[in-house]
Amino acid sequence: MDAKAEPVISLRGVRAELGSRPVLRGVDLTVRRGEVVALLGANGSGKSTAVRSVIGQVAIGAGEIELFGAPHRRFRDWARIGYVPQRTTAAGGVPATVTEVVSSGRLSRTRFGVFRKADHAAVRHALELVGMADRAKDSVDALSGGQHQRVLIARALAAEPELLIMDEPMAGVDLASQEVLAHTLREQVAAGTTVLLVLHELGPLEPLIDRAVVLRDGCVLHDGPPPRAVGQHALPGHDHVHPHAPAGAEPIRTGLLS
Amino acid sequence: MDLLNYAFMQRALLAAVLVGITAPAVGIYLVQRRQALMGDGIGHVAMTGVGLGFLLSWSPVWMATAVSVLGAVIMELIRWYGKTRGDIALAMLFYGGMAGGVMFINLAPGGSNANLTSYLFGSLSTVSESDVTAICLLAAFVVLVTLGLRRQLFAVSQDEEFARVTGLPVRALNLLTAVTAAVTVTVAMRVVGLLLVSALMVVPVAAAQQLSRSFAATFAIAVAIGVTVTIGGTVTSYYQDVPPGATIVLLTIAAFVALSVLAAPLARRRARAVAAAQPAGDPAECAIPATRSSGDEVGV
Repeated sequence: MDAKAEPVISLRGVRAELGSRPVLRGVDLTVRRGEVVALLGANGSGKSTAVRSVIGQVAIGAGEIELFGAPHRRFRDWARIGYVPQRTTAAGGVPATVTEVVSSGRLSRTRFGVFRKADHAAVRHALELVGMADRAKDSVDALSGGQHQRVLIARALAAEPELLIMDEPMAGVDLASQEVLAHTLREQVAAGTTVLLVLHELGPLEPLIDRAVVLRDGCVLHDGPPPRAVGQHALPGHDHVHPHAPAGAEPIRTGLLS
Repeated sequence: MDLLNYAFMQRALLAAVLVGITAPAVGIYLVQRRQALMGDGIGHVAMTGVGLGFLLSWSPVWMATAVSVLGAVIMELIRWYGKTRGDIALAMLFYGGMAGGVMFINLAPGGSNANLTSYLFGSLSTVSESDVTAICLLAAFVVLVTLGLRRQLFAVSQDEEFARVTGLPVRALNLLTAVTAAVTVTVAMRVVGLLLVSALMVVPVAAAQQLSRSFAATFAIAVAIGVTVTIGGTVTSYYQDVPPGATIVLLTIAAFVALSVLAAPLARRRARAVAAAQPAGDPAECAIPATRSSGDEVGV
C-alpha cells in the first residue's frame, strides 16, 4: 500500500468517555485512501466507540479527527461515507420494503430528496452488488439476519461512497451471506473504496485486510499487518466464525423446560 | 343525498375528510418511530390552549395550535436532553396541560367544563366558517410536509443514527414531525375531539399494516381507511343521531378487526410461499424425542 496516499480518516490523541468511564484513552489511527483496515479488540475495548466517534455519533473529550483532510466539525460531505451500523437498529414500527430501506442511503446524493433516474438506478445497482435484487419488493421483516445485513450494506453502497465504515458486519450472519459479503467487499476494494471495519475476529475477510489495529482498554495495542493466528486458532480447519442459524428457524427445544 | 343541502353538513364533511387524510399521514411516522401515543400527549397539552382561547376570547383553534406546537417542541427537547427521567417529564407535561385547560376555562367569564366537552369529544356539527378556513390551511401544511418530505421523514423514523450519518438535518426533521403532529391534533380536535385524536393517527396505520408489505402501500391504505371512516362516521351521525367522534373511532377499530381477519389467509399464503422457496431437505425444526434414551447419556 502506498504509504504516501492521502489520509481519509485521521485520529490523533482521541479521548472519549461514556458516562464517566474513559473508553478511548488517546487513540491514534490513520486510514489512507484505498486501504482496508480492521479494528480488532475484545468487547469493551473501545473499537465501536472509536468508529462512532469518526462518524460523529460520540462526542470526543480531547484530540482531533479529520475526514478527507477536513477537521471533523467542518466536514459536510457525508455522501462520501457509507456507514453500516451493527445490525440492531433498522427496524421501524411500519413495514418497509428492501428498496425503501436502501433508498434512504441515496438521500445524501439527492437535492431535497427528489429521486431522479440515476438515483433509482444506483439503488438497484446496490441491491445487485449484495445479491438482493430479487428480494427488492419484499418486506425487510421477512429477511434472515444475513440478508438483513446485506440490505444495510446495500443502503451504505447506494450513495456510491469512497469510504465504507462497517461495525461488526459479520455478527449474526449465516455462512452463505458471509460469502456474499466477502465477495461484495472484495469488489468494492478492487474499485478503490477505502474500508474501516470493526471486527470481532478476522474470519473470512482476512485476505482482504491490509492492516489491523488492535485496541485494548481504549489504547492502541498493535498497528500493522493482521496478527497471525496462534495456538489452537492456527490449526488447519479451525474456523473461528460463528455462523448463526438462519432466521426463522425455531430455537432448539430441549424439552427440559417445556 | 339530502345531507349535502345543509351548509353545516358540507362543512362537517369537508373537515372530516381533511382529518381522515392528515391524521394517518402524520401518524404513520409516529408509529414508525414507536411514539404511537405522542398524539395523545399533544391532545392533552392542547387543552390548555383551548382554555386560554376562552379566557382571552381568542379563537380556541388557533390558540390550541400555538400551545400544542409549543408542547410538541418541548416533548422533542425532553427526548434529546432528558435521558433518565424523560417519561416523568412527559407525564407532567400531559397532566399539566389537561389541568391547565380545566383551570383556564373555569377562570373564563361564564366558562365551565361544559365548554370543554365539545373540544374533548368533538363537535362536528358546530364547525364554523372560520374553523373550516383554519382547518384547510393547517391540513394543507400537514399534507405538504408528510408527502413532500416523505423520504427524509422515512429515513429519520426508520434509523435515526444512520440518517444523521448521511447528513440529514435530523433535529430539524424531528422538530418538524412534532410540529406537524401538533397541527394535526388541532385539525382533528373539532372532528373527533382531543381525547380521541390519537386513535385516528394510529389505528388506520395499524389496520393498513395487516395488508401491506411496503411503507408506501401502508401510507396509501391508511389514508384511504382514514377518509372512509371519517366520512362514514359523519354520515352515520347525521342519520342516527350518534356522536360523530365516537362513531368514527369505533368504525376505525372495526376496520382494524375486519382487516386482521381478512389478512390471516393472506399471511398464511405468504408463509407457504416463503417455505416453498427454502431448499428441500432442510427441516425447519429439530425433532427431539420425548424421552431420553441410552444414547443421551454422556460419559464424563
